[in-house]
Amino acid sequence: MALLEVQNLTQRFGGLQALTDFNIAIEDREFVGLIGPNGAGKTTVFNLVSGFYTPTEGAITFGGIPTRGLKPNMVTALGLARTFQNIRLWDNMSVLDNIRLAQHFRLGYSLWDALLRTRRHCAAEAGVDKASREMLDLMELKLYADEFPKNLPYGLQRRVELARALAVRPKLLLLDEPAAGLNSADVDGLIRLVGWIYSEFNISIWMIEHQMKVVMTLCRRILVLNFGRIIAEGNPGQIQADPEVIRAYLGDGTL
Amino acid sequence: MRRYTLNIILALACIGLVLAASYDKLDSYVLTVLMSMGISIIFASSLNLVNGYMGEFSCGHGGFMCVGAYVGSVLSLICFSSNKMLGAALLPPTLAPWVFPFILLASGLAAAFFGLLVALPSFRTRGDYLAIITIAANYIIISLVENIDIIGGSRGLSGMKRTMNAMRDVADIPWMLIWVIIGTLVSLMLLRRLVSSTYGKGVPAIAQNEVAAEIMGVNTDRMKIVAFMLSSALAGVAGALYAHVFGYVNAQAFNILKSTEGMVMVYLGGMGSLSGSVLAAILFTLLVEGLRFGIPALDSLLHTVNVLPADFTLSQIWKWVLIPLMLILLMQFRPEGIMGNRELSGVFPRLRRWFTFR
Repeated sequence: MALLEVQNLTQRFGGLQALTDFNIAIEDREFVGLIGPNGAGKTTVFNLVSGFYTPTEGAITFGGIPTRGLKPNMVTALGLARTFQNIRLWDNMSVLDNIRLAQHFRLGYSLWDALLRTRRHCAAEAGVDKASREMLDLMELKLYADEFPKNLPYGLQRRVELARALAVRPKLLLLDEPAAGLNSADVDGLIRLVGWIYSEFNISIWMIEHQMKVVMTLCRRILVLNFGRIIAEGNPGQIQADPEVIRAYLGDGTL
Repeated sequence: MRRYTLNIILALACIGLVLAASYDKLDSYVLTVLMSMGISIIFASSLNLVNGYMGEFSCGHGGFMCVGAYVGSVLSLICFSSNKMLGAALLPPTLAPWVFPFILLASGLAAAFFGLLVALPSFRTRGDYLAIITIAANYIIISLVENIDIIGGSRGLSGMKRTMNAMRDVADIPWMLIWVIIGTLVSLMLLRRLVSSTYGKGVPAIAQNEVAAEIMGVNTDRMKIVAFMLSSALAGVAGALYAHVFGYVNAQAFNILKSTEGMVMVYLGGMGSLSGSVLAAILFTLLVEGLRFGIPALDSLLHTVNVLPADFTLSQIWKWVLIPLMLILLMQFRPEGIMGNRELSGVFPRLRRWFTFR
């Protein structure tokens, strides 16, 4: 069974049909891309999969467990982490605390342990601290451990957000436009970084991205979404040659 | 060693206070001011958990103090006092010092339970709408208390001094000062422990980006329950202490004005700064007490220089003009408060050489 299975997913917001009959299965260690023009419904897919919206119709199974009715934090606990199109870090706590907090769901101690500073609390805190510092080390963010994210340049904030998502120790990582707002030199760095994460952490990655360079370099399989429907699926070569895709992006030439 | 300096200084100060009080070196007015300071510290710092750390806007904190005050008073009357309404004393007076902490605890629990009144709506509502709900909760609680005749209704409830007298008969030490000090220190310790643990950082995460908190695995509903209930519980303890310090409670003492007082202290000290709340509670109590002398002084000054007409006197009511005015000026010129989201050690990094506050 695939890691993530999405079947006949449909989402309506009032009278707007944002997503129609969306299907995908992502295996372990896959790198999948999701592209499409603005407003095609890409982020809606991510919001549905991460449990932020409850789908109007359809089923989502993650690691064999149906996620309908689970709150987002429970879906995260199953091993799904994501980053956001517009960076969403906790701006008034240190980078280190941001990473720590991503492990909130597996602290394994209760309010009373925190209030009474029990041994269980101290052990868990020590573990989280160690894991967080290792993550910062790995992501070359050690220098910024005590900085507030709001004081960091944009590219570094992206990196912190990636580190925070990885601190969840996900099986599947959803990246929502990781290259948005980066200049071309930063984009090359990002391609290297994401590629390295993919091989280093042995995880599946599902990425929404507009910059074709990023998508075509990294993804083995690409889905194209237009007006809430999948219009094409295939490897980068197939997608680039697909007439439907070209029409979605460039129009069909008739005025 | 450094870890303990602050604790040692605090302990010495508290012991000093208790000793001074037990050898009658402090007159009863100073003692009362000190105790209301402690109560204000609990009240402000517990409100800070919700308004500062969690970034919600609770305007009804006084209501939870009211619950604690009444539950504490009723329990105290049931246990140690014989009256028409609540029956004969249930326990011998010699038990008073041992039972009193449990009365405080029960007051806190009862107030925490009422905290659910705000915590549950907060799952789906936030910001201005939740603020309205908290005001409603404050009014609900006060009307509820005023309409239960057995606990005195709008006349208020008194007789808690008997519990204090019972304690004094066991040992002649300044019991209330000791309870207030213990209550204040324990409250601050619990809050500090919560917000410095990774578990408790889930609370500021809600303020700073609720969507990210939800999606990155923080159970936001649970964190809201924790924050609202702990904050209400501590307000309840403050209420029970208040009831026993003054020996009399009246529901109207905990109306929206009390809640406003709490907000003034939180915003004066700085949102999300515990040491700020402590500092602000102390300053605010001193200010309120200072006005007690300051307003008459100002009144006579303005009369001698003939600014005020002879038949007009500045009464103590002007306190309620000056304090809200202070809030307006504060929001205008220093909206982040005295400490502004930082602790004492953040404002004065050199203090770290001497202590770490844990």
